[in-house]
Amino acid sequence: MTAATKPIEIPVPTGVKLPIFLDNHSTTAVDPRVVETMIPFFTEHYGNAASRNHVFGWTAEAAVENARGQIAALLGGDAKEIVLTSGATESNNLAIKGAASFLKKQGNHIITVETEHKSVLDTCKRLQREGFEITYLRPAKDGLVTPEQVVEAMTDKTILVSIMVANNEIGVVQPIEAIGAAVKARNPKALFHTDAVQAFGKVPFDVEKAKVDLAAVSAHKLYGPKGIGALWVRRKPRVRIDPIIDGGGHERGMRSGTLPVPLIVGFGKAAALAMDEMAAETLRVRALRDRLYRGITSRLTETYVNGSLECRLPGNLNISFAFVEGESLLMALKDIAVSSGSACTSASLEPSYVLRALGVGDELAHTSIRFGIGRFNTEAEVDYVIELVARSVERLRSLSPLWEMHQDGIDLNSIQWTPH
Amino acid sequence: MAYSDKVIDHYENPRNVGTFKTETDIDAGEVGTGLVGAPACGDVMRLEIRVVDGTIADARFKTFGCGSAIASSSLATEMIKGMTLDQAAQIKNTQIVEELNLPPVKIHCSVLAEDAIKAAIEDYKKKRSK
Repeated sequence: MTAATKPIEIPVPTGVKLPIFLDNHSTTAVDPRVVETMIPFFTEHYGNAASRNHVFGWTAEAAVENARGQIAALLGGDAKEIVLTSGATESNNLAIKGAASFLKKQGNHIITVETEHKSVLDTCKRLQREGFEITYLRPAKDGLVTPEQVVEAMTDKTILVSIMVANNEIGVVQPIEAIGAAVKARNPKALFHTDAVQAFGKVPFDVEKAKVDLAAVSAHKLYGPKGIGALWVRRKPRVRIDPIIDGGGHERGMRSGTLPVPLIVGFGKAAALAMDEMAAETLRVRALRDRLYRGITSRLTETYVNGSLECRLPGNLNISFAFVEGESLLMALKDIAVSSGSACTSASLEPSYVLRALGVGDELAHTSIRFGIGRFNTEAEVDYVIELVARSVERLRSLSPLWEMHQDGIDLNSIQWTPH
Repeated sequence: MAYSDKVIDHYENPRNVGTFKTETDIDAGEVGTGLVGAPACGDVMRLEIRVVDGTIADARFKTFGCGSAIASSSLATEMIKGMTLDQAAQIKNTQIVEELNLPPVKIHCSVLAEDAIKAAIEDYKKKRSK
């Protein structure tokens, strides 16, 4: 056995605590300042915000209204336009199903993109089975769609266009303002929905500038609690959608159900913090991401960033390490929380559909790792991760027949493989 | 998903990694190579056997694949050492599944290891018959 095949052991620098969380696109830690704001609403102000005849209800309602204002402010909208939901999956479902149901007399065509989140794609697939026609736009190799592409796909039957601001896997940020303008110029009556979850509080996004009608957001991607999200629904001009949950007529009839006041208060606080700190945080997080990128690419050859590096969330790095299968690398990075586009990390044995849509070959898709840097990561953590990643990739390459063949100058495409 | 201790052990301390090609004292005619899988599927195994007097005297592997694939091929090299070609050809993937405690979603890794053994034996026999 060669020394290179031995497990990697790197001393943990002082100030770094394992495990390190670098999976901030999947969720985030709740900011302690958010938790602090929430606590009184569990034990003291536990009223039902819909109770109109006592102080418990009034206190809860006032807190909810305050939070609505905080959430709306970060979107550039009005508090009255916030429909609170259980999270962005519900918000996307409500936006798309609700709009399709309300507008079915106007048309049956919906446009979306192949790289959208599953809560958009699977909702569209369901509508397709119910008779709607869906166009799935294919992004360019850098992950971006163009306004021209969207307009070209629009017909007189188009009732809804759904395009995310920022992608959850590759972090690519779409030219959402240009797309919104183009959609509205082609047909002002077609609704424009955006899944803004990953962008919310991370990059500037304004519902007016983007001319959107519906925008889905959630708290837990922004250092708020899990289980609370919102759909922003334009009031001027008024956008109407059918509810998917019926009941007491809460949220202007669009989403019934008792409001989880502590979660909403936390959501509001998280949005308010982002409003104050986004500019500074973006600089800090981007510097960490760039440090990670430079550190990895200066140590290793044959690495490929997936998606545009320029139009990208500050904290995202999605990178393929050629000739090293993603899950085996995750195993080496067992004290680092990241995710992979490798098939082996999913039950389906298919590599990431997002990378496939970009035209990234399956062989490279299997080697991709998504790093998501967030508010609580430090430079010392990033430096430790660079060292661990570089040495783990080197070790796994020394185990990889593909790396050896590549080093020997063998073209891997010239080999008759046996797919299984 | 948690890995079994045996998978982790083979992943962290893989046995018989390498290639006979770089070992100058070995007669290429004694070596059979099995290369199975595909990069697009996320796993490729290369298993080499060195056959002396009808017995597998030694084995080498390199694998591109998940931890279970690396462990399956590492284990396979250990299993076949000292076996005759006929004995090695009889190895079933289920033995690897059992030994490594592989979950259902990882069974294909053991199948690939079985295929690699068979392909290496076939390659050796083909060379010999020339």
